[in-house]
Parts: sequence; C-alpha cells; structure tokens
Amino acid sequence: MWAASALAGFLGALTGLGGGVVVTPVLTIMLGVDLRYAIGATLVSVIATSSGAAAAYVREGYSNIRIGLFLEIATTIGAVLGAFLATRTPSSALAIIFGVILLYSAYLSSRPRSSKERQVQPDPLATRLQLNGSFPEGGKLRQYNVTGVRKGFALMFGAGTLSGLLGIGSGAVKVIAMDQAMKIPFKVSTATSNFMIGVTAAASAGVYLSRGYIDPGLAMPVMLGVLVGSLLGARKLMGAETRLLRHVFAIVVGALALEMIWHGISGKI
Amino acid sequence: MQAATNHAGGSGWNDERVDRVVGLLLRIGVLISAGVVLAGGILYLIQHGSDPRGYRVFRPGGVAVRGLPAIVRGAWHLDYRSLIQFGLLLLIATPVARVAFCVAAFALERDRTYVVITLIVLAVLLASLIGSQTGV
Repeated sequence: MWAASALAGFLGALTGLGGGVVVTPVLTIMLGVDLRYAIGATLVSVIATSSGAAAAYVREGYSNIRIGLFLEIATTIGAVLGAFLATRTPSSALAIIFGVILLYSAYLSSRPRSSKERQVQPDPLATRLQLNGSFPEGGKLRQYNVTGVRKGFALMFGAGTLSGLLGIGSGAVKVIAMDQAMKIPFKVSTATSNFMIGVTAAASAGVYLSRGYIDPGLAMPVMLGVLVGSLLGARKLMGAETRLLRHVFAIVVGALALEMIWHGISGKI
Repeated sequence: MQAATNHAGGSGWNDERVDRVVGLLLRIGVLISAGVVLAGGILYLIQHGSDPRGYRVFRPGGVAVRGLPAIVRGAWHLDYRSLIQFGLLLLIATPVARVAFCVAAFALERDRTYVVITLIVLAVLLASLIGSQTGV
C-alpha cells in the first residue's frame, strides 16, 4: 500500500490528476477494500498530492493562482449541482459517455502544440482578469497568454457537475479544459489543476469525515506515501520535457477512461 | 500569481512575494500534518502492531474519528486514531488556509475583483466544511 500510494502521488503530481487514479483501483480491486473506505482514502490522497506538490510548484511559479481561483468558482457551483442531480441520473450510461469523451481528449492532449499554436492572442476577458502570466522554462521566464476564458469556465462548470455526479475524473477535465480550450502551457495547466483539486477535495472532506469514510489506519499510509510521491513528482515535472508529460498524461487519462467505461458497463458506478 | 501579473498596490505586496509566503505556509502545513500523522502511525504500530484490521466490510468508527471536538480531545490524550485524524484535519486545512491567505494578499494588492472571487471560493469551502459537521 505504501508503494502504491507513493506511485499515486508521483503520477498525480506529474499529471495534475490527483492520486485517485491509482489509489482507488488498488484499494478496491487488488486489496478488496470497501468502496466507502476507498473513497475516503482517495480524498486524502488528492489533498496530499495537491498540498505536497503545491509546496514545490508555487514557489517555482508554475501554478497560476488567479486562473485557479477564477475557475474554482465554476467547479464548486458545478459540484453542488452534480451532487443534487446524483440521485436522479442514470450514472452507468453517464460513466460510459464520459469515458469515451475522456479517451478522445487523451488522444488530443497527447499531441504537442505547434509553435504557431503557441502564439496565443489574449482574450480581452483574460487581460481584464489578469490571467496571463509567465513560468520558468530553460532558466528563463516564458510569457503566456490565455484565451477562451468563457469556454474554459463553461467546461469547468461541466467538470464540477460530472465530478459531483460520478465522484471521479474532475482533475482530467480541468487539465484538458485549460490545455485545449484556454491554450495555457501544459506545465501551468497541470500545476494549476493540482492547486484546484486540493481546494475542491477539502470542500467535500468534512462530509466524508463525518460519515466515517476516512479511517485512520488506512489513511495514514496513504497520506504519507502520497506526500513523498508528490514531492518527487513535482520535482520531476520542473525538469521534464513537455512532450513526455503529455504522453504520460494521455496514458493515465486513457487508463482512467477505460476504467470508467468498464465500471459503466458492469454497473458498478 | 506570476511576476508578469505584478500589481503592487503601493503596500510592497506583489504576486511574487505572495507566492513565496504561500509556498512557505504550505510547506509548514504539510510538514506539521505529516509529522502528526506519522506520530499517530508509530503509536498505532506500538499498540496494535500484531492486530491487522480488515477493511473489506465498512464499519464506521466512533465519534473519536468523525467529530471535530472529539478528534481534538482524543489527539490531546494521544489516542492514535484521533491523532492521525487530527493530522489529516491539518492537511485538509492547508488548502483552506491557502485560499484565506489569498484573500488577505489580494486585499493588500488592492485587487478588488480577486478579493471578491476568492471570498466566494472561501465561503463555499467553509460552508461545506462547517455544514457537514453539524450532525456529528
């Protein structure tokens, strides 16, 4: 469990997805843990990934807190709506549809962006909200502009609703929305997603804690393992080639998508 | 918050400085929470090292691992379960503290738009955290 947690933190920090992608299947399928304990442990792993990686990222200037906070509004409102709709939606069908969308998005995000696509004209709204920024690349600061603010905000609202409905996959949509719709550099997208998933997870932590989903004996190794993994993952991200990161991201999201489709077909969700 | 979106409001506060303080805050929060969880884990191994508990069946623990006041009391009395939960609570508090600090920082930068945006996020966070604890 220690090793799985460390791997979860490493991949979670690297891809901006949180540790759930690894922690949930390892606990439920390999160790036969009750799903409710697994949900609690996953939540702990998401916050640990977020805070562990953020401690490294923010100081290095990768994550954009303005973008994160602005989009967080859409995500949280969406999550409330999703939780409200959860009892009256056929979640199996939804999981299959969402899985297929994720598969396609994983393919899209695996392709590197051409240098022409990198020259983004800033959205007037992005300028007004001061979303444009810079991040360190090759020892220098690289400036970037943000576009498609409305589209990104709408996608984030959708991501929040889906995560409220299905309980998974919101990190993937966050990165994809920032990367594909808003044309934010990939490293900034994953680091900002890392910031956001921690805030979102903290909002639901109280509910899970009071229901007894977070068990100390299980959460302890998960938290410590994920923290170590996420610190290493964040370090790795800074030096890593963006092309490689895109491939890792695509593989992990692809696996997540297949898992979701499988859950949908087997009616487990 | 990057150097490029630097809008110091005459108070000496800018995005870069906020970044540094937030980074430090996070690092301290994560270290303390990890330390508390680790201490709880060591107590757990000493007291229950040969007693592995199964998680195949869901049996929610008592109020000592679910309610905030009981967790704090238990942690004070070095109950290992409460101590681990207390460490987890500190971990959960780090993103909340981070958002709260951003409110203060944007206020110091005199950036009204972001004070409002961040306050909305903080309000949703706190409402959800406090609301969930009322039934325990």
